[in-house]
Parts: sequence; C-alpha cells; structure tokens
Amino acid sequence: MEEVKLFGAWPSPYGYRVIWALELKGVKYEYIEEDLSNKSDLLLQYNPIHKKIPVLVHNGKPISESHVILEYIEETWPGNPLLPSLEDPHGRASARFWTKFIDDKALPFAMLLMTDGEELEKAAKEVREILKILEEQGLGEKDFFGGNEIGLADLAMGLIASSFGVIEELAGVKVLNGDEFPGLCNWVKKFKENPAIKKNLPDPDQMFVYYKQKREMLINSRAALSYK
Amino acid sequence: MADVVILLDAYASVFGMRVRVALAEKGIKYEYREEDLRNKSQLLLKMNPVHKKIPVLIHNGKPVCESLIIVHYIDEVWKDKAPLLPSDPYQRAQARFWADFIDKKLYDAQKKIWTAKGEEQETAKKEFIEALKVLEGELGGKPYFMGERFGFLDIALITFYSWFHTYETLGNFSIEAECPKLISWAKRCMQKESVSKSLPDPKKVYEYILEMKKKLGVE
Repeated sequence: MEEVKLFGAWPSPYGYRVIWALELKGVKYEYIEEDLSNKSDLLLQYNPIHKKIPVLVHNGKPISESHVILEYIEETWPGNPLLPSLEDPHGRASARFWTKFIDDKALPFAMLLMTDGEELEKAAKEVREILKILEEQGLGEKDFFGGNEIGLADLAMGLIASSFGVIEELAGVKVLNGDEFPGLCNWVKKFKENPAIKKNLPDPDQMFVYYKQKREMLINSRAALSYK
Repeated sequence: MADVVILLDAYASVFGMRVRVALAEKGIKYEYREEDLRNKSQLLLKMNPVHKKIPVLIHNGKPVCESLIIVHYIDEVWKDKAPLLPSDPYQRAQARFWADFIDKKLYDAQKKIWTAKGEEQETAKKEFIEALKVLEGELGGKPYFMGERFGFLDIALITFYSWFHTYETLGNFSIEAECPKLISWAKRCMQKESVSKSLPDPKKVYEYILEMKKKLGVE
C-alpha cells in the first residue's frame, strides 16, 4: 500500500511545485498544512536539518528540499514524465540547470515583496534581468521550459505564474509585461491552462491578503532595524 | 564516432575538481583547459553565457554547467561503468539532499574562513565545523557515504579536502581534532587514483589563496 504525505504551508511556491508534480502524475497524497510559526513535532522529526517545508513522506520515509523531492517523484512515478528521457541527458541537464537557476535567484524576488523606495527599484531591476535571461535563454522559441510539455523546470518557475502578479501589484511595479516578455507571458498563460495546474493554483484574492500583511510586517521590521 | 570531451576549469576550484573526479572514475578521456578567471576565454563566455563560471563540460560541442548537474550528466551518459549514484530512488534522494547541504551550508562558511578576520572568522569556523560534524554523523561507520561504494556524495565533499590545509592555517585550528572520522574517510578517498590525481596539492591551494587575498585586499 502506498502512503504519500506532503507537508506544506500555503501559499509557498516550493510546496506548490510538489503539489503540481503529484497532481500531474495522478499520485494520491495526503496534504498536511504546517503553521510555520508553530512547527509540528512531525515536521521537525522529518526534516531536522532544515526544519522547512515542503517535506514528502513516502511509506514513512521523508524527503526534503523541493528539487530533491521533484526528482524523487519523477523516478518513483515515471508515468507522465516531467524530465526528458534517459536518451536525452543534455535535455535533463538543461531542466536541472534552469531549476537551480531560479532557486539561486530567490532573493531578488523576495526583495520585491520586502522593500520599498530605492531598494525596491534595485530589486525590480534585478528581477527584470532575471526574466530577460529566462525569456531569451531559458524559453527561447519553446512553449515550456521543458519543450512541448510541462516539465520539472516549469514547475520550479511556477511562482512566476502563480504569486508573482500579486507581488507586483503590492509592490506597485509591473516587470512582467507582454512587450518585453512575450514568451514568458505566453508561458504563464499556457502553464495556467494545464488542467492539473488550473485546479491547484492559489486563490489570487487570498494571496493578496496574505502577501499584503507579510509585506507590511517585513517593511516595518526592516525600518525598525535601520534605526538601530 | 569518438566522444569529444572538453572541461573548462580552474585548478583550485572545488567544483571543477568534482567533475575531474567523476570523469576519472568513468575512465573518460578529455581535454582539460585551465581558465584564468580574471580573463575568461571567449569559449567559456559562449558556453556558459548565464553564469560565465567554471566548470563547464563540453561534450561533442554541447555545454553542461553546474558541477553537480555535470556529475549527474556524466553518470547518465557513461552509464555502463562505475555508477556514481545508487539505483534506489530514496538513496538517490538522500545523496542529492546531502550534496545540496554541502553547497548551502559548507560553502558559505568556508569562504569566510579565508576572507574574514576576528569575530566573523570565528563564527565561520564554528559553522564550518558544525556542518562537517553533521556530515560526519551522516557517514556513521560506513566506508563511504552511500555504503560500500565510492560515489556521488563522496565526490561532492572530498574536493573540499584539498582546501583543509588552507582553512587550518588561516583559521588556526585542526579539522582532524574536531572530525577524526571524516579525516579517515577523506584519506580513504585519497587512496583512489581518480581522487588523488584530480585534487591539487594542498600547499599550492594555500599559496593561491594567499595571492587571492592580496589581490582582493583582504590580508
């Protein structure tokens, strides 16, 4: 008997990556929502090193770190593949490269949420440069980062389709526009049209409330720090 | 048709060394090209336009970047010899998790040991040893990280061993005193030719770092 549990915390994009992978593959799982300000004993037991979500627990065995979880899901449930086949190692390396790329660039995206004024301008500039690389070198002429179908790299980029618009709105910037980034905008549209993804997108209004609160709290705490 | 394999690298890079070890484990013939990181070649800029960093593996003209991604690639292409990752998905996940831990926790801490001074350096030393101790715990009583066979996770970590002399000298501490089991593991790995021939002389690394510090103005 297969037992699959996923520990997540709404609306974490890292958690959503795993949700999307499981849904795309039709894997039945139990979702457990964690309160990150009051982590459960189970979470701490399953991820003692980082104490973070997401954590996938398969038949009692825990796996942490979203990109590690995604590869595990791909290898354990090979139906509806999310990576090119073993006959295309270069394609697989490319998917891994872009997944790592977006993971390494998490800070500028976070700064869009956490800052205002000059710092926000700087963050917006950095995010624009990241999107340019994704548009020109990541996507190129393709519909998806994975090629013709959604793949692991697309799931990693998912935050651009799900939460990014809300964060832009709250920050009062518009970086992802159709003129500069026609490929990425097309990608967002196609990504959200996928039936498994469509059914599992965080609600924009709820996200707005959540991120607005977070933004206010973060900006206030940063302001307090700078007056020390 | 024979494979043409080129590695763009820099001799003191712990990331480049990982690729050298993987290629040696598989017995792959390749051309090694040393990059001057202050004057990067056109080829490097063309093959890694996103990061402009080494290592880059160029296989029959197509580039692969990021050291652990390259090691995965090598394992998948030359799959009939010396498998680097275990075959069980859960074991593979463990190997990937710990390699990610090394890149996140160990790398940042070790950098401050040779670039910082005073309290910043002390904090870095503490974090570095803590991370090594966690890894030592993960090794347990096994000869190699995944068991009886040398593989992916050993490759991810062993390359830092060539820098231990530098950390110890600049940080004024003994890693062996703190993590004796890990040093035994490292010496065991160094007995493999694929490792000993791929890692630079620790004294040369130290000299290189002293020069780097001068150029960065962090003496």
